[in-house]
Amino acid sequence: MNGLDPRIADALVRLPDYLGSHVIVSVTALALGLAISLPLAILATRRAGLRWPLLAFASLIQTIPGLALLALFYPLLLGVSALTEAVFGTGFSALGFLPSVIALTLYSMLPVLRNTVTGILGIDPAINQAALGVGMTPRQSLWMVEMPLALPVIMAGIRTSAVWVIGTATLSTPVGQTSLGNYIFAGLQTQNWVSVLFGCVAAAVLALVVDQLLSLMESGVSQRKRLRVVAGALGLALALAAALVPAYSRPTATYVVGAKTFTEQYILAALIQQRLEANGLSSARRDGLGSTVIFEALAAGEIDVYVDYSGTIWANHMRRTETKSREEVLAEMGEWLRSERGIELLGDLGFENAYALAMRRDRANELGIKTIDDLVRQAPQLAIGGDYEFFDRPEWAALRDAYGLRFRNRRQMDSTFMYGALVNGDVDVISAFSSDGRIARFDLLVLEDPKQALPPYDAVLLASPRRAEDQDLRRALSPIIGRIDVELMQQTNLRADRDEDKETPAQAARWLWEQIERR
Amino acid sequence: MDSTPAIEFDNVFKRFGDGRVVALDRISLRVAPREFLAIVGPSGSGKTTLLRLINRLAEPSEGTVRFAGEDIRNSDPIELRRRIGYVFQGVGLFPHMTVAENIAITPRLLGWDAAKRAARVDELLELVRLSPADYRDRFPRELSGGERQRIGVARAIAAEPRVVLMDEPFGALDPLTRDAVGQDYRRLHDELGLTTVMITHDMLEAVLLADRIAVLHEGKLIEEGTPHQLMTAAEHEYVRELMRTPRTQAARLRRLMEDGGR
Repeated sequence: MNGLDPRIADALVRLPDYLGSHVIVSVTALALGLAISLPLAILATRRAGLRWPLLAFASLIQTIPGLALLALFYPLLLGVSALTEAVFGTGFSALGFLPSVIALTLYSMLPVLRNTVTGILGIDPAINQAALGVGMTPRQSLWMVEMPLALPVIMAGIRTSAVWVIGTATLSTPVGQTSLGNYIFAGLQTQNWVSVLFGCVAAAVLALVVDQLLSLMESGVSQRKRLRVVAGALGLALALAAALVPAYSRPTATYVVGAKTFTEQYILAALIQQRLEANGLSSARRDGLGSTVIFEALAAGEIDVYVDYSGTIWANHMRRTETKSREEVLAEMGEWLRSERGIELLGDLGFENAYALAMRRDRANELGIKTIDDLVRQAPQLAIGGDYEFFDRPEWAALRDAYGLRFRNRRQMDSTFMYGALVNGDVDVISAFSSDGRIARFDLLVLEDPKQALPPYDAVLLASPRRAEDQDLRRALSPIIGRIDVELMQQTNLRADRDEDKETPAQAARWLWEQIERR
Repeated sequence: MDSTPAIEFDNVFKRFGDGRVVALDRISLRVAPREFLAIVGPSGSGKTTLLRLINRLAEPSEGTVRFAGEDIRNSDPIELRRRIGYVFQGVGLFPHMTVAENIAITPRLLGWDAAKRAARVDELLELVRLSPADYRDRFPRELSGGERQRIGVARAIAAEPRVVLMDEPFGALDPLTRDAVGQDYRRLHDELGLTTVMITHDMLEAVLLADRIAVLHEGKLIEEGTPHQLMTAAEHEYVRELMRTPRTQAARLRRLMEDGGR
């Protein structure tokens, strides 16, 4: 692509989609937030008793971290949706747009509330008296005197709110809302810093542009320069249109492919998309979904196909604690998915991405450790690192209880940084994933599990209930079923994870397909 | 002259807070049509409260206020305020509106059309001796204190009220401007046949402008009469004290004039 860094080229291709979705969710949240906070704030200036509780509530929301606030609304809405489904017979999508808009709306309220109250209460009482004295009704006084005089302060609140919402909207990616955050989350997972930076810069530029246009309108209103108001409004409308038109003119995709939040998922989702397109089927992506979110989204038909792992479903969704062989797990899982959730198991890809304990080979040799059994004696002197979910997962409990594992120290960190921590000696053991390219690259030793405490984690291709009988989908994806062994997956993952000659997930997926075809 | 008073206070009593603070104590007072009444008293004497009772910015605890013979409790306060001009302490021009918009505010609230309002604004600016072309589109921040006060007067009389209330209207002006604006207003009062109630703490101003003066002290109406009556035959000691300053000033001025300015 004539000299342009492929990572930037890749990011640019996705920009219309990400930017459009980001703008839609931000604008909706801001508009809703304004529609709620302005009347509330005006009411609060009229009733002193309402003022404190209202501002305290808005401040409280502000103290909740954005990511947590967004994440909280997903299960809440899921419950509400199930309730409406039971009562009225129709549910709604608890994924993506709705939880993001609600959380961002709440987030946008504080600056508008506070500034409107401050602006109106800050008006010289003599002016309020004059408004009454010349014969204004309270409503006329509000619109002809108080609002115009408080406008600069109110607008400052709106601008703050706009910048916050546009920034925080990047965090709506994990609840399934496409946004500029997709660059950031995907970039963090694949250590593609160009993508992270691209997402940050895009969000910052968007926030700055909106802020400046609002500022232009405000100065136009207060200085009575109609041209400025019109220019500002036109600029906002143009920005909105520019963001929305590509999102709407894009042909609606038939199949939605989901991906969780790590490199392998991005690559496999890209591979699925490439296979669908090669078969003349259009597709769209929902990236960066949490493990529970993605499964429920598939069951609800919000996505059509994605790759999950048998052990995840076995433990998290089927709530099974005993360990069985790969074949037994696959068979029982396929049966359970179809009968309980209507989900179709299209097949397994041929490799496992299992939880495994890994050590630096030299360190393991030095301590004489080959299996988890060997590790037990040394563990009280060692530190273990795990990703955010590992220590809360049943697999860790099973492992710990089966072997009686006790470590000196355990640390949670992003899986991206876990390998670095192991190589640097910050931790001695990590919870690795067996298909991870970095196992080969760092020459790590995967400890054997003689008691078979860890369940198998076969990569499986799942289709939503409404795609269960879809022959087009089956035909397009059957060439990859059972064709990817763990070495091939490790090599593919490494292509996107390594620091030099890093490939985008789409490039890695194309390479993976070439290897599959060649075999 | 019409025998019905323009404004009448009938045994008006006003308490504040939980009733312990008495702001106005049994006030009975009549203002005749076309009369210029000055209400004089020290700060805290209840002057402003008395004025605010007339256009229902405040309500009496007991007693009755009548406007053109009607108990004002029977009239809509918003409508009443649009029929009464009000010049506020510290002027109270709306800072975000131009001079023209400030002047035309009550006509606008009354639903006058734009052309009629514009004509009225120019007419009023001429009346308060400001050039319409120069002042129409200015903002209050671009005016001097005297100009603002003239605009305040123009705003008060814009909707052609019969009654104008003024709360220390000229207090913040320098003496020269104050005198000029005061004299100009008295001329308007006479030409337009207005009834004016003006609050002031300056006895000299009251004496020079008003037809009649009412003196308030600690919520009580202690004396009322023409300037001449109060100058020459005040009964109350406090009123005599108040009148002393204008009288001695007048005497000194006379002496200065007779001595040939020495």
